[in-house]
Amino acid sequence: MRYLRRTWPFHLMLLPALALLIVFNYVPMGGIVMAFQDYKPWLHISGSEWIGLDNFRALFEREDSLQVIWNTLVISVFKIVFNLLTPFVFAILLNEVRVRFLGRTIQTLVYLPHFLSWVILGGILVEFLSSDGGFVNRVLHELFGIPPIFFLGEGDWFRFTVIVSEVWKEFGYGTIVFLAALANINPSLYEAAEMDGASRWKQTLHITVPSLIPMAIVVGTLSLGNILNAGFDQIFNLYNSLVMDKGDIIDTFVYRTAINDGQFGFATAVGLFKSVISMILIVISYRLAYKLANYRVF
Amino acid sequence: MYHKTLPYRIFNVINTCFLVAVALMCIIPLIHVFAVSFSAKSAADGNLVGLWPVRFSTVAYEKTIDNPVFLHSLWVSVKRTVIGTVGILLVACLAAYPLSKENAQFRGRSVYAWAFVFTMIFNGGLVPFYIVIQRLHLMDSFWVLVIPGLVNVWLIVLLMNFFRGIPKELEEAALIDGAGHLGILMRVYLPVSLPALATLGLFAMVWHWNSWFDGLLYISSKEDYPLASFLQTVIVSRDMSSMNFSKQEFDLLSQKTINAAQIFIGALPVLVVYPFLQKFFVKGLVMGSVKE
Repeated sequence: MRYLRRTWPFHLMLLPALALLIVFNYVPMGGIVMAFQDYKPWLHISGSEWIGLDNFRALFEREDSLQVIWNTLVISVFKIVFNLLTPFVFAILLNEVRVRFLGRTIQTLVYLPHFLSWVILGGILVEFLSSDGGFVNRVLHELFGIPPIFFLGEGDWFRFTVIVSEVWKEFGYGTIVFLAALANINPSLYEAAEMDGASRWKQTLHITVPSLIPMAIVVGTLSLGNILNAGFDQIFNLYNSLVMDKGDIIDTFVYRTAINDGQFGFATAVGLFKSVISMILIVISYRLAYKLANYRVF
Repeated sequence: MYHKTLPYRIFNVINTCFLVAVALMCIIPLIHVFAVSFSAKSAADGNLVGLWPVRFSTVAYEKTIDNPVFLHSLWVSVKRTVIGTVGILLVACLAAYPLSKENAQFRGRSVYAWAFVFTMIFNGGLVPFYIVIQRLHLMDSFWVLVIPGLVNVWLIVLLMNFFRGIPKELEEAALIDGAGHLGILMRVYLPVSLPALATLGLFAMVWHWNSWFDGLLYISSKEDYPLASFLQTVIVSRDMSSMNFSKQEFDLLSQKTINAAQIFIGALPVLVVYPFLQKFFVKGLVMGSVKE
């Protein structure tokens, strides 16, 4: 009782957040039983027919869902790799710029796209990359005489565009953690290397890169949890019927099968499949990050 | 000294040029859309606009500001951003304070912490969430844009880590003076956390302003969309039903310039708060990652 008297304000303070969490996070988790039903909105969960694992069987038998899983993996793996490599290299190069003002300005500009939504960027890119006189195609044509490229209208180009534009949007933001790690390198290491007559290239190879590896391991392992997240906002705002076969991903597929086609049970099953695998990967990746680089969120 | 060697100097010049080029590439699409929005229809439709307005014109902006649907979504966005941000910060402060305590002082803490963190790694998915929103009669209500987003676990974790850095002596002194925990939060913790709260507030603002999917999914009448959802339907899905112009006007106006103007207005608030955000968020990220 004495314990409760001391801590009741804590429980009370947590009440609003907890209540909201229960309503909007935990109650929907109960809704995953729909994945095992032939859910009909007018019958609700209690009246819909239970069909066991049929939805999951369909997931692995339907050609479209298998294609969607493959698309998701291809797109997200490329995104993960380049979202790790690009900031890594960019941070090292940026660190060599000694003019503070210039370095700051470059940083400010490269972070910017991160804060714009894919609705804005999608609207911009559709026009910017248009095969019908879009800015990029005009420049490519005038400089190199390249015929118009269907960046958003042809499957393989679409994947390429999605990966490149994602890296374009996010690499600046990803640079922050590497710049922070660079700032933490002990200057005496460089001074010692200098005394030994090591060139800047050698210093980079033997001091800078190894010092950044732990951070790269953290970023890399933590992004494992995103392997089934190919970026709903981006794809949804860039794709079209021409690139469905190579550009459709799990999240957009769930949206369409549920909202457009009304296959609620099946869509829930696909979503559940994704959630469970992602959760397992996140748990593994956090353990790995802790083991390999002693990283903890809390 | 490597700084003085010729190869390093050459590298430095090339490197700097390269980085400047990359930085420019990050904003060129934005400059282009800005240029299109201030160009005449003929120039935009003829694909003549590069990075500078051609035949300067403000017609696209005049027309956009004349569209009542656009103005109303702008208002909905402002409302959701202000109310939503205040709400997020309120809930986050209240939740982060007890979570920042030691397990010894607050024994239920780790249970709560896990309840929060679990929602970050697992969710019921789109369909069950949609049904919950339906059952709560939140469909078509303004509050569907605010209430489900009130608990932002990521911001709570950042704030919790920040609170942990506040010296325990402050709390102990206040307790001895007879202050309650709510009083300590309000009079001791919050005043020293203002920079952190500013950062989190800016993050929440940008998040709210950019959110488009909730409006699209849970609100059926286009008149009540927030701006981001409006832009999504008009520009990305190319649904023209909420544009208020006649056939004749359509000929005079370039859809390209209007779209560009709308996109630019949609991006403007983010561009305006960005310098402040930029200043704070590097600190903010570092702040959140401080471990004991």
